[in-house]
Amino acid sequence: MKIVIITFAVLFLMLRQASGQATSIPASRQIAAEELVKLLQRSGKERPLLIQVGSHVLYAQAHIPGSEYIGPASSEAGLQQLRKRVQSLSRTKFIVLYCGCCPWSHCPNVKPADDALQAMGFTNVKVLYLSDNFGANWVEKGYPTAKGE
Amino acid sequence: MSATRKLTIAGTAVAALLLGVLLGKHIRPGSHSTPKQHPLAPDFTLTQLNGEQLTLSSYRGKVVLLDFWATWCVPCREEIPRFVELQNKYSERGLQIIGVSMDDSVDPVRAFAQQFHMNYPVVLGNAKLGEEYGGVLGLPIAFLLDQDGRIVKKHIGATAIDVFDREIAPLLSK
Repeated sequence: MKIVIITFAVLFLMLRQASGQATSIPASRQIAAEELVKLLQRSGKERPLLIQVGSHVLYAQAHIPGSEYIGPASSEAGLQQLRKRVQSLSRTKFIVLYCGCCPWSHCPNVKPADDALQAMGFTNVKVLYLSDNFGANWVEKGYPTAKGE
Repeated sequence: MSATRKLTIAGTAVAALLLGVLLGKHIRPGSHSTPKQHPLAPDFTLTQLNGEQLTLSSYRGKVVLLDFWATWCVPCREEIPRFVELQNKYSERGLQIIGVSMDDSVDPVRAFAQQFHMNYPVVLGNAKLGEEYGGVLGLPIAFLLDQDGRIVKKHIGATAIDVFDREIAPLLSK
């Protein structure tokens, strides 16, 4: 009996942890780096609001031009900042979230940020898929990058 | 070619060969063991968690493992207990691990260091330092430095402890 309870407890914890990971973001809400680059280059198309939800030290080194730093969404302070930033926006506003602090399967920030926007009723949110990190999958690919605060 | 000229050339060649052998005996084996092509790690002075200043170049003579990490980075967190083991294992032989936290504030770093009994110095990094090291745009990143402060290895992403072990041990015996 004890073994059964322990097994269920471990499974529950594993499921709970997995639900907070980027891997549980459905493919339909992800956007590839190449796709985002093309979209940003296209004139006349609605430009999305780009929000970086990772560390400021990483943002200051390199970020997507025009994107806004909000703070790590893995913290409550970061989530509050995110909610405050989008509160007044139309729920159909096109928003792209990104981080790239760690490999996609380990990113602690994009999933909570996506969850928060879904809970607020935003219907046009995409999360930038970066398999390894922002350096390898964006900067080193030669995609547009800005530095600084 | 005259016989005298041939003898002169042969004599010169033998003399050069003997000179080479004699000099060779006085050249210490391994004197070229620190390849100069390895880049020198950018020096820095940053504040440790205990408030003291840490200057990287003051660790010349030691093998240094410079670990860029953050408390919110899951793979980084998983590596820390293994670095604590490595520091214990090779401390007396001259290994010094230095943690460079890329967190935005010091409080979570201090709490983490206490909780995980980190037995090596930790400094708070910044964007400028990241750029000097070629861009720390994803964590963890570890640099292995030889006794001359040259970067001999760079690991991007979580790395198995035995990989570090295999690379550190031969450097320590130099």
